[in-house]
Amino acid sequence: MTENPPSYLDAGHTIRSWLLTTDHKRIAVLYLISVTFFFLVGGAAAGLVRADLLTPEGDLLTNEGYNRAFTLHGVIMVWFFLIPSIPNVFGNFLIPLMIGARDLAFPRLNLLSWYIYMLGGLFTLIVLLVGGVDTGWTFYTPLSSMFSNGHVVLVAAAVFIVGFSSILTGLNFIVTIHKLRAPGMGWGRMPLFVWSHYATSIILVLATPVLSITLVLIAAERLFGLGIFDPSLGGDPLLFQHLFWFYSHPAVYIMVLPALGVISELVAAAARKPVFGYSFVAGSSIAIAIIGFFVWGHHMFVSGQSMYASAVFSFLSLAVAVPSGIKVYNWTATLYKGNILLDPPFLFAMSFIGLFVVGGLTGLALAMLSIDVHVHDTYFVVAHFHYIMVGGTISAYFGALHFWWPKMFGRMYPLTWGRITAATIFFGFNLTFFPQFILGFLGMPRRYHVYAPEFQTLHVLSSAGSTLLGFAYLLPFVYLGYSLVASKRASANPWGATGLEWTVPSPPPKHNFVEIPTVTGRPYDYPVDKEDSR
Amino acid sequence: MTEDLPRLKEPYSTRGQQREADMLGVYLFLASEIMLFGGLFAVIFVAHYLHPEEFIAASKKMHVAIGAANTMILLTSSALVAIAVKAARAGQTRPVSLCLALAAVLGAAFLGLKAYEYWSEYQEGLLPLPGARTDFTSPGEHLFMNIYLIATSLHALHLTIGIVVLSLFAWLIHSRRVKLPAGATATETAATYWHLVDIIWIFLFPVLYLAR
Ligand code: HEM
Ligand SMILES: [Cu+2]
Repeated sequence: MTENPPSYLDAGHTIRSWLLTTDHKRIAVLYLISVTFFFLVGGAAAGLVRADLLTPEGDLLTNEGYNRAFTLHGVIMVWFFLIPSIPNVFGNFLIPLMIGARDLAFPRLNLLSWYIYMLGGLFTLIVLLVGGVDTGWTFYTPLSSMFSNGHVVLVAAAVFIVGFSSILTGLNFIVTIHKLRAPGMGWGRMPLFVWSHYATSIILVLATPVLSITLVLIAAERLFGLGIFDPSLGGDPLLFQHLFWFYSHPAVYIMVLPALGVISELVAAAARKPVFGYSFVAGSSIAIAIIGFFVWGHHMFVSGQSMYASAVFSFLSLAVAVPSGIKVYNWTATLYKGNILLDPPFLFAMSFIGLFVVGGLTGLALAMLSIDVHVHDTYFVVAHFHYIMVGGTISAYFGALHFWWPKMFGRMYPLTWGRITAATIFFGFNLTFFPQFILGFLGMPRRYHVYAPEFQTLHVLSSAGSTLLGFAYLLPFVYLGYSLVASKRASANPWGATGLEWTVPSPPPKHNFVEIPTVTGRPYDYPVDKEDSR
Repeated sequence: MTEDLPRLKEPYSTRGQQREADMLGVYLFLASEIMLFGGLFAVIFVAHYLHPEEFIAASKKMHVAIGAANTMILLTSSALVAIAVKAARAGQTRPVSLCLALAAVLGAAFLGLKAYEYWSEYQEGLLPLPGARTDFTSPGEHLFMNIYLIATSLHALHLTIGIVVLSLFAWLIHSRRVKLPAGATATETAATYWHLVDIIWIFLFPVLYLAR
């Protein structure tokens, strides 16, 4: 055996070698640390909200304090965790490895994106320290532009800044995928993870600027009385909602498309079979990205927009279900008669599919005008988007972490602990959010902390579930952290998976490939012999 | 011949590949800029649709002559920049730095005229700056002037960045810190950005000044 070059982790040990690195793998690790930090901050705010909801009087927080807690929870979770998590950690680490490239197309731009992300994060922390905002993460006018007494401009600045980081990352991914694929890797041979990141990046580049201009307008409105959203000056508050959702609906696909890509990889590796209907799964990512731009109006059914607009938006929203459905069917078909390994990544993938189906089907229900009018702005909506975003995206994030951890750090973790965590997260999640569907259906509005006493039982169940869930989210810190110092070394391909990333040593060397590989076959050419180091 | 092409950087295996990647990156960045201004144009059209008469009335108060002069200035600068790119590909250092510097000067002239225009509007009570004396005949006119101010100042900000970039390139090429034709791709990137800023103005001008 020839001597391997030192791994990317050993390529330098100073702080400087990390903070000035242009290696996509090190930048991924920087993101892993910072994204985890924001997940904890956002999670703490969620814990505060759930604790306050234990009693109908909401005696823990003041009205104002409650508003600030759920707003910060939303802002941090959406922009500092859900949107950057999978792309910036796993996309960064894996895309070059998966397509046989030495790095992303613009390595220095990649580092710059991380610094911009951190700057936005700093702004958010400042807002947190000086007292927060009370508008909700949606910043609806005229509350945000005229009446709010929180730090709207500072938060808008934070989100504006982090938006730049998103745009630059998306741009970097698209150029990398176009220009740096290894010889022989045609579009039809690209891993599905890469396909889904390609679709995500298109949304990042095209939708994020619309959010940016909207934030500029909000800030100008607050600072200079701009009046674009103010009816007394001839403006139109609905215009804000159109602009905001034109970004924010596609943004939900920024969160979930990378997750869908992760699940395709996990399912194929667990079933040890080629993905059923590869080109449909790949194409459905692009279809979701495109249709996602035309459905924003389903957030505005009760806003007073025209009935015809609502009908069209309702129909288009139903259309998104088709490509999403394709994915679920094809994963199921892939698993059928597969030789399944009950490893942690697979359990997370199963949990994802279950929660995504519940979230998706309730999304369909919400896309029906008549149902939405009944449950709009109730806990039904809260439960729906948490099933998709928290249940879906975070299951996939943890699945990815458990699948690629040996590759990233060259260590295997205790599998039993991974299995326990996956099961606890699934159970805790359902206990937290299922009662919210019932609450919403019974009429509990969202964003209220004083509620009718008959809702208390369901709220207590939900808070109990969230405690369990929070505990389960913390478990991986223990055993993954432990694995770094005390576990056995992982082989290059512990799961017996296909894909170029498994052909390099774990952890990979600084330059990924000694020699750029030439791809000759189709992706997911299972079965593969696995080297047993698990 | 290798002298003609930029230094090969880390992830690339050929210079052609690197050039294509650079250009694709610029085009994607410009696409995102177009979406940014696209949001603003959407706002203009919605507001116009809500208050057609007031918007036309307000638009009539614009200084069309200044706007038109500025349009000509930007078009000329764009032509110069296009010439610079051609010359850069041919490796002619002097014409390139000259054209870029001239274009930057024209950009500065645009900003000067724009500042003069803002000043006149301020005098006429048309500029809705905080604390400024204004007397609008209708809320629609006020809204129009608000939108005008935000759109043109955002454009001016982009133009300022463009001027800095063009001057920087003019100097780098003049002092041979960037050698031609190796630096042609970089010149082209800067030029493409300038064209975009120009094109945005070409759309802003009729929408704001000629909406009558
Ligand atoms: C796939 C990933 C999805 C994510 C991440 C997601 C996320 C969200 C979020 C964050 C909201 C809350 C908006 C608010 O704050 O008011 C929401 C509401 C909504 N979602 Fe989803 N969603 C997803 C899928 C779907 C699908 C597939 C549909 C329909 C086919 C759908 C239909 C709706 C509707 C109609 C609402 C509005 C409810 C209301 O405000 O009354 N969603 N979703
Ligand atoms: Cu939506």
